[in-house]
Amino acid sequence: MGWYLFDNTQTNLQHRGITSGFGFLENSAGFGIAQHLIPFKESDSYARVFLIGLLNTLLVTFIGVILATLLGFIVGVARLSNNWIVNKLATVYVEVFRNIPPLLQILFWYFAVFLTLPGPRAAHGFLGSFFVSSRGLNMPAAITNDATWPFVISIVLAIVAIVIMTKWANKRFEATGEPFHKFWAGLALFIVIPALCALIFGAPVHWELPELKGFNFVGGWVLIPELLALTLALTVYTAAFIAEIVRSGIKSVSHGQTEAARSLGLRPGPTLRKVIIPQAMRVIIPPLTSQYLNLAKNSSLAAGIGYPEMVSLFAGTVLNQTGQAIEVIAITMSVYLAISISISLLMNWYNKRIALIER
Amino acid sequence: MTSHTFKPDMPPPSKVFGPMAWIRQNLFSNWINTLLTLFALYLIWLIVPPLLSWTIFDANWVGTTRADCTKAGACWVFIEQRIGQFMYGYYPQELRWRVDLTVWLAIIGAAPLFIKMMPRKAIYGLSFLVIYPIVAFFLLHGGVFGMTEVATSQWGGLMLTLVIATVGIAGALPLGVILALGRRSDMPAIRVICVTFIEFWRGVPLITVLFMSSVMLPLFLPEGMNFDKLLRALIGVIMFQSAYVAEVVRGGMQAIPKGQYEAAAAMGLGYWRRMGLVILPQALKLVIPGLVNTVIALFKDTSLVIIIGLFDLLNSVKQAAADPNWLGMATEGYVFAALVFWIFCFGMSRYSIHLERKLDTGHKR
Repeated sequence: MGWYLFDNTQTNLQHRGITSGFGFLENSAGFGIAQHLIPFKESDSYARVFLIGLLNTLLVTFIGVILATLLGFIVGVARLSNNWIVNKLATVYVEVFRNIPPLLQILFWYFAVFLTLPGPRAAHGFLGSFFVSSRGLNMPAAITNDATWPFVISIVLAIVAIVIMTKWANKRFEATGEPFHKFWAGLALFIVIPALCALIFGAPVHWELPELKGFNFVGGWVLIPELLALTLALTVYTAAFIAEIVRSGIKSVSHGQTEAARSLGLRPGPTLRKVIIPQAMRVIIPPLTSQYLNLAKNSSLAAGIGYPEMVSLFAGTVLNQTGQAIEVIAITMSVYLAISISISLLMNWYNKRIALIER
Repeated sequence: MTSHTFKPDMPPPSKVFGPMAWIRQNLFSNWINTLLTLFALYLIWLIVPPLLSWTIFDANWVGTTRADCTKAGACWVFIEQRIGQFMYGYYPQELRWRVDLTVWLAIIGAAPLFIKMMPRKAIYGLSFLVIYPIVAFFLLHGGVFGMTEVATSQWGGLMLTLVIATVGIAGALPLGVILALGRRSDMPAIRVICVTFIEFWRGVPLITVLFMSSVMLPLFLPEGMNFDKLLRALIGVIMFQSAYVAEVVRGGMQAIPKGQYEAAAAMGLGYWRRMGLVILPQALKLVIPGLVNTVIALFKDTSLVIIIGLFDLLNSVKQAAADPNWLGMATEGYVFAALVFWIFCFGMSRYSIHLERKLDTGHKR
């Protein structure tokens, strides 16, 4: 059976004139790519195309995870609100968006929203520096200069200072019971140190504004409409699921916990932060992980609108050009497997750390 | 003798009862709540009136061509003109009654299963599950009893979406149950194989699976042998979905107390009878809501076949919106497709909640 399949494959490949193996990765690609985070020219190799596809996938996943988590938590808490109208609004949001296929949502945002926007000459402008048009979102670019590195270092320093301060405050709290305003002190450190640095070395970046020249914008950064449609659709879709997870997580903490905390004299804020949320997180984290994984996998739906990520760029264009079906599909699948496994390992580690320790 | 008459009851205080009190309590209890209410009302005012006027009041309902759409709102004429394509794809016009008949047979055939008092439900259900797919296949595909053959490349629209979803779940269920049994098996080799299989399919996106089935499968086959495109997609979907079914079923099996396994073994039952008669009936009942969720996910995933060029509902809409006679109708088309998908998915999720409540009583003491 195995030999039969192998033999068939060999004959098929021979007839199509394809040599198997990964040598094709070094050949020159010879096509342009709409969005690349690292420099790319047409004569670059397929290996570099692969890298660009991978980076674009990671970019969408990263932005999507952050935005979906934010929106999902807001909607999830809104679903628990006592305010009738807020509650119902959140319910309608969840029920509408989680029951529409993500690919349909992506196509809708792309073909029915972003591509029907006016062209660059009639773009909607915000604050004089952000422009939305059918070419995407143009925004000011941060151009690095001599003062950039000191600024980055100062931010790192501030974070280190905050960590040390938190450790010291916790130690003192455990020893003496005296509370310390960690949040405000941390915020102050985070603002003051970089601000001092900016005063000494000058502004860390200068902003390059997009300007309308001829038929398109020149200068600044541009987010292509494919990226906008994809991130928006994935965020909206995944947030609906995250909202349900958050709601069930918070509801799973019994009301007795709130009452006990209140009777111990904790005020509503600390009750939420120190009693409810830590317990709710245990219920929330595992399903949240699988939603992140789903988002990473759903980013492959970009193939429907041609955003240049792993599937549409590598498994689509590169496969069509080279015909190396087995190698290309194998590489693509292993990338997704690697992303899946690393996210679940990371989340398992976190889950273990916060899991209930039973005696 | 004086008779004592009660005074009529006073109305309840309006601050505690009645609509005003309800509004006060639920919308304006404190200043944060008031702010939230006002914000929500603003959002509603921003979204709902334009939406209503676009979809209903300003919409164009009658006509035959694009020129008939004169009002500012949606042009539903487009949907009315193309509804045949959206429902049946390129299925020949004069043969579409066969699709209708297939759907009616499914509804009529399945209806007795939902009647509570129906005797011999299990036998009826099983025979329906065996006979119906065969009848449906011959009705849709034709080629026997003098019915004209309709190649699967002509199938499309909502019909194709439903075909992929039903065949997908029908294939994935048994495979998933076997995988779940394998994952809980005592034999290490079988367990490793099942775990690898499940984790592999769960780790990759469905799109790459479809890509694989469309570009890699033909390479494995002998020269000149051509595989039906729909069949390739179905194989991919079944493999992919069976891994998810397996995980759901495994969850149910883990929830069965160990005593059940031990008691079944103590009765002298062999492995298959132990699983088939004791464990699986309980486990499957526990996970029915989870399985319905898998079906919903599968139904939404069927839209991905657009990537390998099958004309399901979504692709039919996309194709129709690209028609030069109907340019600019993308919004109407996608809203229509979204509505159809939404009705199916929302209906199924409500049914799953209903089942959950109905089945929940079984374990209450």
